[in-house]
Amino acid sequence: MSTQVEPARAGTDAGPAEMTVRDAVNAALRDEMAADPTIYLMGEDVANDGGVFKTNTGLPEGFPGRVKNTPICENTFVGVAIGMSVTGLRPVVEIMFSDFLPTAGDAIVEELPKFRFMTGGQCTLPVTVRSIGGGGGRFGTQHSATGESWFMAFPGLLVATAGTAAGAYSVLRAAIRHPDPVLFFEHKALYGRKGLVERGDGAIAEIGKAATVRQGSDLTIVATLLMVDRALEAAELLAADGIEAEVIDLRWLRPLDLPTVREGVERTGRLLIAEEQVHAAGWGATVISQLTLEGVQLAAPPRVVGLRDDVLTPYSPPLEDALIPGATAIVEASRALVGG
Amino acid sequence: MSTIASDRVEWYRRMVEIRLFEEKVQELFMSGHIQGTTHLCQGQEAVSVGAISAMRDDDYLTITYRGHGHALMRGVSMEACFAELMGRTTGCCRGVGGSMHFTDVDLGLLGAFAIVGAGLPIALGAAYSAKLQGRDSVALTFFGDGASNIGTFHEALNTAATWKVGVVFIVENNLYGEYTPLLETTPLEDLAVRAQAYGIPGVVVDGQDADAVHDAVSEAIRRGRAGEGPSLLEMKTYRYRGHSRTDPAKYRPDGELDRWQARDPITVLGDKLAAEGALSADQQAAIRDESQRLVDDKAEQAQQAPFPTIEEIRSYVYAG
Repeated sequence: MSTQVEPARAGTDAGPAEMTVRDAVNAALRDEMAADPTIYLMGEDVANDGGVFKTNTGLPEGFPGRVKNTPICENTFVGVAIGMSVTGLRPVVEIMFSDFLPTAGDAIVEELPKFRFMTGGQCTLPVTVRSIGGGGGRFGTQHSATGESWFMAFPGLLVATAGTAAGAYSVLRAAIRHPDPVLFFEHKALYGRKGLVERGDGAIAEIGKAATVRQGSDLTIVATLLMVDRALEAAELLAADGIEAEVIDLRWLRPLDLPTVREGVERTGRLLIAEEQVHAAGWGATVISQLTLEGVQLAAPPRVVGLRDDVLTPYSPPLEDALIPGATAIVEASRALVGG
Repeated sequence: MSTIASDRVEWYRRMVEIRLFEEKVQELFMSGHIQGTTHLCQGQEAVSVGAISAMRDDDYLTITYRGHGHALMRGVSMEACFAELMGRTTGCCRGVGGSMHFTDVDLGLLGAFAIVGAGLPIALGAAYSAKLQGRDSVALTFFGDGASNIGTFHEALNTAATWKVGVVFIVENNLYGEYTPLLETTPLEDLAVRAQAYGIPGVVVDGQDADAVHDAVSEAIRRGRAGEGPSLLEMKTYRYRGHSRTDPAKYRPDGELDRWQARDPITVLGDKLAAEGALSADQQAAIRDESQRLVDDKAEQAQQAPFPTIEEIRSYVYAG
């Protein structure tokens, strides 16, 4: 359960503090709402008891009238946000489970990315869609997708993810400030994870910039969301064996930070993709494709740790755990990569 | 507000201009100056003219792919409309939108959508935005009878009614959803009754009579501005042509088109104005001649402009 996050001292650097990913999301929302009175939060249950995942604790009280529960109608309330964004407001919409994103598919695929373009640039759509996804919560087949790569093929959208507490704070603030629509993915299994978070305007992330969250010289692990956490855990286990893994939290899927990945793999010569999704048509496949197109030479073929392509996410807890890549799977793939 | 709200002679002129504009579009299509598709609105002019004349400058509207008439009535320049249809950089959407996306954000014409039902939530968002900002602007959203069967229609009516947002939902019931008669897809003849499910007024309006449209929309706008919430207005109307350029509308029963043309919206208003002594038959003929010259000139001028370049349209993808 979230403790209520105190407002940041605006524009000051109070030094990093340890907080959970949940509180980092809350802090980002709070600091942006305090800075900009045109920001409104909308979604299902967002104003009730902190919202379903308790990321919004204290916001309805802190910002009266600016946190609005909607009916259960994703396509319409994303459309409402679009209408608000072209008339002077900056809405932040919450999609309770990423599995509900396709319900808003028309608004997300046909209007958010295309509206500005097809009007000849007449308007901007500063809409942030926060979407909460990922497995490990025993939520079953229709409440466990990350959804992170579903919309990365649409010019007009930006796609971002939160893999750490610091990333959640910094990237979400950047997303909300951006003039174009951003889909921001959070992982429900990460909300309780703690990390050091720098608060304040100086911490706002650079758009499209990945974060190297661990240095290493033997291989480069590129990950997002929960896989960042698991890759870091794996890296510690590998270090005990004398293998030093670099871990890159990709953060942005559109635009994709290929230069940071390229710099890493050219140094280590080895690439491991850790993704909580099937490999087809995802960011992992795109990273490998783009490195190949650029002619980057690796010491060994890249490897991928991800969801299996022959089954879907089940409820049964031991099976769910077995199917979502853990530190052990990342360690094994890393060893094979370095040894091969 | 402009004086057009009470200037019915001007309404007449606008209806004639829209009619002749659409005829010219058809002609330019056949000659290859316009490509792709068009969805023309001949026969439905009283809806756009009667409704939009009731709006204030700071109100909003969303329209559909059958939106040329609404855009012209809202004040988008005719030359910019023709240029858009010809894919020129001087078009109202710089030539990238085409026939289905006539938009002018500065005029409150927030968008024209080629996805059935897409404009309803966006209009709701605009009106809700005004409410949150303490303004009494309302939003009109125009859509066809077919859209009353899609989810966003019901979701937007439900949300607007619950939040008491000033949206005027205007369904232009022209009896066909694309090629299919209404009663083959819908268990109701009067779509206005769907308002009952959301606890809001639902009104059937003679969509061939600009005065009736204007009065009904004025009342719905008054209600929306006063914070009393949305309304659903069903305009009974008819499109003289098929769904789109490639549809000859052979599915229509014999005599149906003739019956509707007997109550042509331009004639209905023209006869009233003549009877009132406001606009004689000769004056009406003169308006028709002037409008034809205007349409011909604007189409000609629009053709002189260049096509957009890749460099130019790239900045339309992202603002940041």
